Amino acid sequence: MQTAQKSTSNQPQTHSNDEALVVIDNIDFAHGFGAHQVYRGLSMRIPKGKITAVMGPSGIGKTTLLRLIGAQLRPQQGTITFAGENIHALGRSDLYELRKRMSMLFQSGALFTDMTVYDNVAFPIREHSQLPEEIIETIVKLKLEAVGLRGARHLMPAELSGGMARRAALARAIALDPELIMYDEPFAGQDPISMGVIVKLIKELNQSLGLTSIVVTHDVAEVMTIADYVYIIADKKVVGHGTPSELEASDDPLVHQFLHGEADGPVPFHYAAPSLEDELLGVDNAR
Amino acid sequence: MLDRVAALGRTTLNTIAGAGAAFFMLMRALVGKPTLRKSWPLLMQQMYSVGVLSLVIIVVSGLFIGMVLGLQGYTILVDFGAEQSLGPMVALSLLRELGPVVTALLFAGRAGSALTAEIGLMKATEQLSSLEMMGVDPLRRVISPRFWAGFYSMPILALVFSAVGIYGGYLVGVRWLGVDDGAFWSVMQSNVEWGQDIVNGIIKSLVFAFVVTWIALYKGYSCTPTSVGISRATTSTVVTASLAVLGLDFVLTALMFG
Amino acid sequence: MESRNTQLAVGFFVIIGVLALLFLGLQAANTSVVTNGETYKLYAKFDNIGGLKERSPVKVGGVVVGRVSKISLSGDYYEPLVEMTISQEYSEFSDTTSVSILTSGILGEQYIGLNPGFIDDTVEMLKDGDQIYDTKSALVLEDLIGQFLFSQGKD
Repeated sequence: MQTAQKSTSNQPQTHSNDEALVVIDNIDFAHGFGAHQVYRGLSMRIPKGKITAVMGPSGIGKTTLLRLIGAQLRPQQGTITFAGENIHALGRSDLYELRKRMSMLFQSGALFTDMTVYDNVAFPIREHSQLPEEIIETIVKLKLEAVGLRGARHLMPAELSGGMARRAALARAIALDPELIMYDEPFAGQDPISMGVIVKLIKELNQSLGLTSIVVTHDVAEVMTIADYVYIIADKKVVGHGTPSELEASDDPLVHQFLHGEADGPVPFHYAAPSLEDELLGVDNAR
Repeated sequence: MLDRVAALGRTTLNTIAGAGAAFFMLMRALVGKPTLRKSWPLLMQQMYSVGVLSLVIIVVSGLFIGMVLGLQGYTILVDFGAEQSLGPMVALSLLRELGPVVTALLFAGRAGSALTAEIGLMKATEQLSSLEMMGVDPLRRVISPRFWAGFYSMPILALVFSAVGIYGGYLVGVRWLGVDDGAFWSVMQSNVEWGQDIVNGIIKSLVFAFVVTWIALYKGYSCTPTSVGISRATTSTVVTASLAVLGLDFVLTALMFG
Repeated sequence: MESRNTQLAVGFFVIIGVLALLFLGLQAANTSVVTNGETYKLYAKFDNIGGLKERSPVKVGGVVVGRVSKISLSGDYYEPLVEMTISQEYSEFSDTTSVSILTSGILGEQYIGLNPGFIDDTVEMLKDGDQIYDTKSALVLEDLIGQFLFSQGKD
């Protein structure tokens, strides 16, 4: 067994013979004209047909990463390729064409609140095809069956529980049979049962549909059971990656801290601040 | 010091980017071939929520403003023995100014704030992002029908406002205060000109419709997707749109009647 | 069905808008005279036009037949030239017709009064672009007072 490679170099590392669906090459990204740097020299390879987990502490910009892959955001430097195409070099209509091949499960579910569950799932099909309504109905029922919500198709999103809303959104995400599906914090705020349901769904969908999945999360225990490959992001770049078992065995302090949820370590418990003594004394002096 | 200059530069860049973004948002929403099969139901739905639902407030305000104009105008004009001029006074105030302007202000408060809040919430709940990721352009799907609905609805509302207002003035002036029925209408007719007054009023309300709807949509589309951000954007829509309407009204009046 | 109701509501909304427009156009505005429909132009020179403006009405015996469409200065002596747009309905004015600038009421607006001339075989009818030579200028209050004082002084 080999230890996890530390990403001291910026090159994406070939870890297997798998073909990569998404390649992120050395990107820099900052919000609002450099006000807030999110990534510096980030590189990744997302293998085709596998579940790749991206983990990291909160506030590290994991959602930003998914938006970059979906080309909703544009990196200041570096390239992202999807199935061999540089997505940020595409024109607007080509990009929208390409987006039909990927889909994203948002943290909130992002169901359209003015439509029923059925219409939500049917929406992408109606938008992108001229199929007759009977065929759409069949497809929608199949997709809803896959997430176990066929009986709930006449409900409005407001009538669903959080877990059901996420499953309905998942049905919508797979409505067009995409190649890539990105999960943004799929486990956040779920009770243990619906968490288990979603873990099961991600795994099943990946196997049955041959999807490539990217799961962005900080729920270590759940994702380690289903992920084929794991990236850990911290401090604007990848700090560790490997298969779950490789990472478990890693002796890198940061990876270790993250996987085992220790309060203090390389990621400090305290937000950057002058030392407590100085600050208290400073208050004294000012008085 | 240099940090402050840099911060100033960043704010400037963000502001310019904002203005540019507002322009491009509108361009991208409006340019391109609409598909009638999909756009028509969307437009109908928005015409309903933006136009039809604003009708009640427009009719009620129009009636009362017309009645107040009739009452105030009468008490002033009767001192000069010129109460026959009540008709044109009411009609011209409504057609040239109050119809388009008050309608635009009410529209900004009623429909504009609702548009901002709706789009802001769609953004906060990631519905807009979700559309984009589904390969559906939210500008076409969400912004464009709302824009056209506002653009078509407001002139209709302004016409209704003026018509109801004139009727309100008639009720107070003729039915209540006893201005001569025939004189009220005939003096009005000899002073109100189709091209000069009615068409210019419609042009005004088209301009206001464009500006108010645009502001409302952009404020929603660009808001910070939090509860504070949405409430700020909604307030900002009403304030900005009202100021824009009043400022533009002066310019348009100067150009048309000056 | 829901979308059908929506469409119905929007349809009624548009109809209400059209009705409002019709009401404004027919009941509030003077659509019958001039500026729309067939018109022709007549010209008249005055010494002084007083407070006459473009769009002031042109009346025959109190009935509006047209409007002043342009006011300019013409000739070597800069005399005010008034262009009147008259409805084609009233096209039978003889060239003995006279025009005068009148005031409606003491504080009212000024307008042009047309006095149709006599018609017999010797006079021709005014055509588009013709000029009326028999004109009476606006009364200017200062001139009136001056005349009054002058005539008092002579007594």
